[in-house]
Amino acid sequence: MQNVPSTRPENAETVKTGETTEPGAPVTLPTQRAAGCPFDPPAGLAELREERPLARMTYPDGHVGWLATGHSTVRAIMGDSRFSSRYELLHYPFPGGPEGPLPSAPVGDMTGMDAPEHTRFRRILTGKFTVRRMRQLSDRVAEITEERLDAMERGGPGVDLVEAFARPLPALMICELLGVPYADRERFQGHAHTIMSMDVTPEDRYAAFVGLQEYMAELVAAKRAAPSDDLLGDLARDSDLTDEELVGIGGFLLAAGLDTTANMIAHGTFALLTEPAQADALRADPDLAPQAVEELMRYLTIAHTSVKSALVDVELDGLLVRAGESVTLSLEAANRDPERFPDPDVLDLHRKATGHLGFGHGIHQCLGQQLARVELTVALPALLRRFPTLRLDVPAEEVPLRTDMSIYGVHRLPVTWDEA
Amino acid sequence: MDVRVDRDRCLGAGMCALTAPRVFDQDEEEGLVVLLDARPPEERRAAVRVAAGVCPASVITLTEHGSSPAA
Repeated sequence: MQNVPSTRPENAETVKTGETTEPGAPVTLPTQRAAGCPFDPPAGLAELREERPLARMTYPDGHVGWLATGHSTVRAIMGDSRFSSRYELLHYPFPGGPEGPLPSAPVGDMTGMDAPEHTRFRRILTGKFTVRRMRQLSDRVAEITEERLDAMERGGPGVDLVEAFARPLPALMICELLGVPYADRERFQGHAHTIMSMDVTPEDRYAAFVGLQEYMAELVAAKRAAPSDDLLGDLARDSDLTDEELVGIGGFLLAAGLDTTANMIAHGTFALLTEPAQADALRADPDLAPQAVEELMRYLTIAHTSVKSALVDVELDGLLVRAGESVTLSLEAANRDPERFPDPDVLDLHRKATGHLGFGHGIHQCLGQQLARVELTVALPALLRRFPTLRLDVPAEEVPLRTDMSIYGVHRLPVTWDEA
Repeated sequence: MDVRVDRDRCLGAGMCALTAPRVFDQDEEEGLVVLLDARPPEERRAAVRVAAGVCPASVITLTEHGSSPAA
């Protein structure tokens, strides 16, 4: 289908053909993590990054596009407006997706938009998520953190940290920020989980999306009638968003707030518990927290994969990406690139991890990243300090991993501690 | 060092305000970049270079003057 000679052997050397070189034979996206390495990217990505940081890739639907694994290549594509994020132009890189391109983004799903549509939504929201505004929430984050830690301590040793701590803290914060009643969580948490799953049928995903929309539509109607002093209330009163857009944005922000930081708290704790010296360093010096958070974002890269589509022919790294071809971006491979981060496979909380792609790059870089930073900076040291003997309650290899989710992490994290 | 920012292309991620808070801020309303110091002193320049490098929209432009007396 593409200009890849069928006689070309696997891993062929690239061949100069004038201005651009000929890529090697297409690969498939590595998705299997090596046994006993829950924190490392799927096996095979490191070799690819070293040999071909931009490689031909065969997608599960038969499309032949690209896979980018090098830090500079991934970063360049994320910052390049010649690459689109519109879902209807993208081929799904994981097995189980639709035949051919994806359906277009639902209204309000900013991830699947390009400028200028994206710009309009982003401009309405950026002022609500500034460094200063998010830092003003620090005290409230600390308060909720202490409440959850008190509850854990009262309940005694032996909890699933995901249920007891990692999930409620960001959920409570995003609910307060948006003006979504936390008591309604039964009505939206399951739907949000299904939307973020990679192995559900398109029908189930659509049903979950509709369910979340129905909940949001009721909420938006209430905010329009009586705008409350919160983000959705502000948007209902001040913005030019239609009801449909407000419902879409509300669902998007809620889902994004529920399933991201929660996984960083749980998976970050898992990583720290398997590296006790690192945990002790953070326990001893809470001032280390901001840079520890950056390093954990780099090392874990729970938002592991992104996809773009070339709008025009683009020459990149001496290779020609043709208009219409999808490029899968392995953020987790990029964040382990030794050309950008020395000893990349080592978790080192003292390292300067600035420049990692854990929040993405370009116009879609995480809107809520400053909230995530505040939550993680407060929550992780507080947890470690409250429970100096915190440890896994099962062997590490029995911790169930979220290999089936678009945001990686753990489904459960059984932990225990010695009672004081 | 001269620092310039392009507010029209800024997307308000806040990386600059986080990295070099004495030189960059975000405005209260839109969250877009506000340049506090277009000619930062020597001790802040390293942070400014990092901020320019990590800006997700690449809207920070630096002009280095080397050791010229005008710098």
